[in-house]
Amino acid sequence: MGKIKVTDREGKLHELEADVGSTIMEIIRDAGLDIEAACGGCCACATCHVYVTNDKINTLDPIDDDEESMLDQAFHVNNNSRLSCQIEYKENLENIELTLAPE
Amino acid sequence: MTHKTDVVIIGSGPVGLFAVFELGLLNLKAHLIDNLDRVGGQCAELYPEKPIYDIPAYPKITGQELTDKLISQIKPFEPTFHLNQQADSIEKIDDGWKIVTSEGTTINARCIVIAAGAGSFVPRKPPIDTIAEFEGTSVFYAIRNKELFKNKKILIVGGGDSALDWTNDLATIADVTLMHRRKEFRAAPDSVNKMLNLEKEGKIKFLHGQLKSLSGKNKMIKEVKYSHEEKEYSIEVDYLLPFFGLKMELGPIANWGINLNENLIKVDTEKFETSEPSIFAIGDINTYPGKLKLILSGFHESALMAQKCFAYCYPDKKNVFRYTTSSKDLHKKLGL
Ligand SMILES: Cc1cc2nc3c(=O)[nH]c(=O)nc-3n(C[C@H](O)[C@H](O)[C@H](O)COP(=O)(O)OP(=O)(O)OC[C@H]3O[C@@H](n4cnc5c(N)ncnc54)[C@H](O)[C@@H]3O)c2cc1C
Ligand code: FES
Repeated sequence: MGKIKVTDREGKLHELEADVGSTIMEIIRDAGLDIEAACGGCCACATCHVYVTNDKINTLDPIDDDEESMLDQAFHVNNNSRLSCQIEYKENLENIELTLAPE
Repeated sequence: MTHKTDVVIIGSGPVGLFAVFELGLLNLKAHLIDNLDRVGGQCAELYPEKPIYDIPAYPKITGQELTDKLISQIKPFEPTFHLNQQADSIEKIDDGWKIVTSEGTTINARCIVIAAGAGSFVPRKPPIDTIAEFEGTSVFYAIRNKELFKNKKILIVGGGDSALDWTNDLATIADVTLMHRRKEFRAAPDSVNKMLNLEKEGKIKFLHGQLKSLSGKNKMIKEVKYSHEEKEYSIEVDYLLPFFGLKMELGPIANWGINLNENLIKVDTEKFETSEPSIFAIGDINTYPGKLKLILSGFHESALMAQKCFAYCYPDKKNVFRYTTSSKDLHKKLGL
């Protein structure tokens, strides 16, 4: 069991327990934070948009075409934007820092 | 004109479509209402090309293929479709319900089946505080009357088919700028090439950017501010056409006095009836202990719902359970 750090839309920091094999979206959603994730992780809604705010961004697999296309339907997209349902938690992501994108 | 039928189905996703079949086997006629311009719900709108692997007897079938097969399966029952309109209100009448849509279509039916998924598909709107002031006058999410844009400055935003198709289409009559956060597009390659050629010929402009704010007066936009790589810019426009795809919203169903649980409709698991007798809810929209949002579950729910609809429509008749394989009566209904 590892940990990830998530800042919610009010600016509050949450440390969440993370299981290998879960997606970041599932970890955030199951912890009860306010992430809509309307499509349940199918890369079909862009409502699980987060910013990766520490250097773990370099550890992530690069964005694939599906995710990039879906990000086209999100707003406030930055260089560190990701769809959290497309990131699977692995040990090397321990202490990744994320901020929920505005709704 | 008021239509009359046995059952109105709200939503023509896979579950609404299959409900036509189960109702049809019991001699019940159905009308379907859907907001979208085509049937198939999430399968057709969100993932037409993606394969589904858990439809019984189909090791692999795409969202669109499943939709097409359902349409051909229900064809013998001649359902009536009312597309491009939202089911807005329902009212109890003597022998059932009166349903009115956003287009004014009125249908009287004995039963209502809500197969509304996660709600109606509606345009995803940019999160800009002032945008509502301009909607319908200077900001449009769908285009009904092209003439409005003649010789005007139009800003189209987005990178999908709608954005590209309208850019190419309006280029001939208006001063069109297309804005997108990157110069790659998830649209048909033909439209992308056409747009790039128009840009090369100077017939449209392309801008990198994301919307920031709008200002104007008398419900008309004057200036749009946008950003790209942390810098802000602005552009003067008459009309803004944002195309950011669709999202699902429960919509008017929330006001129908049916018991809900976090935007889902509570039903029993024998008849899939709601808190309001003779209104049913099947598919993704309902909730009960153990519910799984699977197409498979929605199909099962349809079959049980239909039994109870029969009882409402034919209170004096007994429904004899029969198999489609062997029943002559069912074969006749299926047009065999
Ligand atoms: C990317 C993705 C992959 C999926 N993969 C699978 C899978 O592999 N297996 C599986 O079983 N399921 C899968 N699903 C889930 C499956 O698509 C849904 O369970 C299914 O579509 C639900 O069908 P439905 O008919 O209940 O509702 P929907 O398909 O959501 O259709 C509801 C329809 O109702 C309309 N509507 C709603 N309210 C109104 C109103 N007031 N007036 C008019 N129209 C209205 C909507 O516009 C919509 O067209 C997937 C979903 C997604 C997004
Ligand atoms: S949950 Fe829908 S795209 Fe991630």
